[in-house]
Amino acid sequence: MREADQQPGRSTSGTGVARRDVLRILAAAPLAVFAIACEDVDRAAQHASDSLAQAAKDGVPYVPQFYTATEFALARVLADRILPADERSGSASDAGVPEFLDFLMTAYPDMQEPMRKGLAWMDDATQSRFQKTFVACSPEEQSALLDEIAYPKRAADKVKDGVTFFSRFRDLTASGFWSSRIGVKDLQYLGNVPQTSWTGCPPEALAKLGVSYT
Amino acid sequence: MPQRQPSYDVCIVGSGAGGAMTAHALTQAGANVIMLEAGAWWDNTKDSAMLKFPYDSPRRGASTTERPFGEFDACIGGWQVEGEPYTKADGTKFDWWRARMLGGRTNHWGRISLRFGPDDFRRKSLDGLGDDWPITYNDIAPYYDQVDQLIGIFGSKENLPNHPDGVFHEAPRPRCYELHVKRAADKMGIWCIPARLSVITQPLNGRAPCHYCGQCNRGCMTNSNFSSPNVLLFPAQKTGRLTITVNAMAREVATDAQGLATGVHYIDKATGKDEFVAAKVVVLAASACESARILLNSRSARHPQGLANSSGVVGKYLTDTTGTDVAGFVPQLMDHVPHNCDGVGGGHIYMPWWLDNKKLDFPRGYHIEVWGGLGVPSYGFGGGIQGMPQSRGGGYGKALKDEYRRYYGSTIGFSGRGEQIPNADSYCELDPTVKDRYGIPVLRFHWKWRDDEYRQVRHMQETFRALIREMGGEPMGDMPSKERGYGIANGGAIIHELGCVRMGATARDSALNAHCQAWDCKNLFVTDGGSFVSQADKNPTWTILALAWRTADYITQQRKAGAI
Repeated sequence: MREADQQPGRSTSGTGVARRDVLRILAAAPLAVFAIACEDVDRAAQHASDSLAQAAKDGVPYVPQFYTATEFALARVLADRILPADERSGSASDAGVPEFLDFLMTAYPDMQEPMRKGLAWMDDATQSRFQKTFVACSPEEQSALLDEIAYPKRAADKVKDGVTFFSRFRDLTASGFWSSRIGVKDLQYLGNVPQTSWTGCPPEALAKLGVSYT
Repeated sequence: MPQRQPSYDVCIVGSGAGGAMTAHALTQAGANVIMLEAGAWWDNTKDSAMLKFPYDSPRRGASTTERPFGEFDACIGGWQVEGEPYTKADGTKFDWWRARMLGGRTNHWGRISLRFGPDDFRRKSLDGLGDDWPITYNDIAPYYDQVDQLIGIFGSKENLPNHPDGVFHEAPRPRCYELHVKRAADKMGIWCIPARLSVITQPLNGRAPCHYCGQCNRGCMTNSNFSSPNVLLFPAQKTGRLTITVNAMAREVATDAQGLATGVHYIDKATGKDEFVAAKVVVLAASACESARILLNSRSARHPQGLANSSGVVGKYLTDTTGTDVAGFVPQLMDHVPHNCDGVGGGHIYMPWWLDNKKLDFPRGYHIEVWGGLGVPSYGFGGGIQGMPQSRGGGYGKALKDEYRRYYGSTIGFSGRGEQIPNADSYCELDPTVKDRYGIPVLRFHWKWRDDEYRQVRHMQETFRALIREMGGEPMGDMPSKERGYGIANGGAIIHELGCVRMGATARDSALNAHCQAWDCKNLFVTDGGSFVSQADKNPTWTILALAWRTADYITQQRKAGAI
């Protein structure tokens, strides 16, 4: 299967027509200038899918730019505890969230200090509770700490630094996961494709809200 | 000595809506035009990030310093431009957005294209506040028609008072959640009509109709919406009479012993050198505040207070649109039915001002914009899920993952955009000491909202919360208190700065006459939002375009008559 066809949303339009067919249909519209313009769209799409294919071929293990090896391992475990694999899609690390987080830290240096301190807080917290790093803890032990900090409204004041960090880490994990190819497909996002016409939302979507076009 | 450049009929500073429209009309009429743009070249057909997925970039669509609205946004610019500071008087909250690229802010805007109505030009006559314009709706209406037909706009005939219809392409159907909003608005007696956006839904002047990818803000590769380079400037270049010089930071309009404009001094950003371009006519369209800045920096013996400023009004009566937003969680929108709900890049519905201010405790209106739907999942997705109403309050694991899925598309939002009355406390002036990296004195802003604006924004907040509840939803966050200004956005934050080079009936109290011609300098014109006498409860771009075209026609006529 070609890379371009594996892209959720990109592979089909709302009508089930392959994306590249849509482009061809649009390009065949009886308007010369549009045909030219659509070639540009096509070229851009081709370029995008080529770079994606290149990235997928890259089998070399990722070397973090910001995180230490220990921190990176912790970030990975934490991200996967937040968004584990289930019947519908893979885990945060399957979706490249740890690498995404590492990129963010280099792209937005203001994020570095809270991240580093937050990860250290996590290990300190499990050390004092279980005399182990977070990564070395059993899932139950990890959950015991996560339950303390993952629900801001009911969290104790003494863990508020952990709560602040975890909320932020959860947000970043969500950003990385749901904007990934896996995440976009999981959400069944069907847009970001050129369409020949706009006919409105489908009957099922209207019916759910009890609205109609008539 | 700077190298001598050829002389032009007209030099236009700025390539946004006003400058581009002026250039288009003047080159069509045979004038030889040079345009100075402070930013770099931009062409949507080549440079746009249209149809990229967030995962095509490691940043996933997050903002960058030069693109604060996200890396895929077309517009290079922002609240801070490196090396080009501005200052604020003590206690002033004001944010100045600047675009630095070919096309200026037409790369950024929401394409909401509204005509001012007849009442918007004579507010003082109606309620005694602010000032009347020296022109009426009838003066500008033919130009609105022309702009509609040249650039293209969709909408619907509604025959509403003070919300004039235009020459419209067919408007796209509302999205499902917008129908849900409309049902609530109908129940509450709020007018809810198809949006009016400068997106074409049928072929126009060699441009393809919209392909409904919902990404107008990234710059349209098929030129199906309006941004000035692809719709006005490149066609104008085909006349062979438009020269565009980019990376040219205008500093000052030069004048001769008679006080007439002779050309424009600018800094070539590539070389850092001071350059001069000579022209018989100078048109400033650098954005309201930037044009005021150039005028204030153009001091001479004949124009000691700056050019076009014998009245002292340059920089004064600066306004922005009032704004506040409320987001709401609507349980009925949870567990979305998967479908493509992109549509055009912007709301398909619009709520124009529907009430009578005589029965309210504030004098001017606002309109409502709606947002929501199944957007492309990007950086920021699902942020703050622990605060979502009816959620588990955070958590982790499989249950959390399901929650993200279930909440996708369940948030809608309302933004109010209202009219501020110009006041003497809101203005810009030259900072006495601070200069930018080019050595040009910068602007210092003074800003004050008045009670009228606060009361209007309170009404927005109450209305939006009622709309959300009518939809069966729950507003997110409490209503901002009076101390927090009911959530009013900072001055400048809505990016509709207008005025500060205002037109008027007399040279005593205005900088420009009814043709946007400087009273003090007959071959100098301003065709951005600077000429506006007042805001309206409508976005300004369509009026900037119509006024620019009208001004260009006047320049052509005056040149033919040998007057300038």
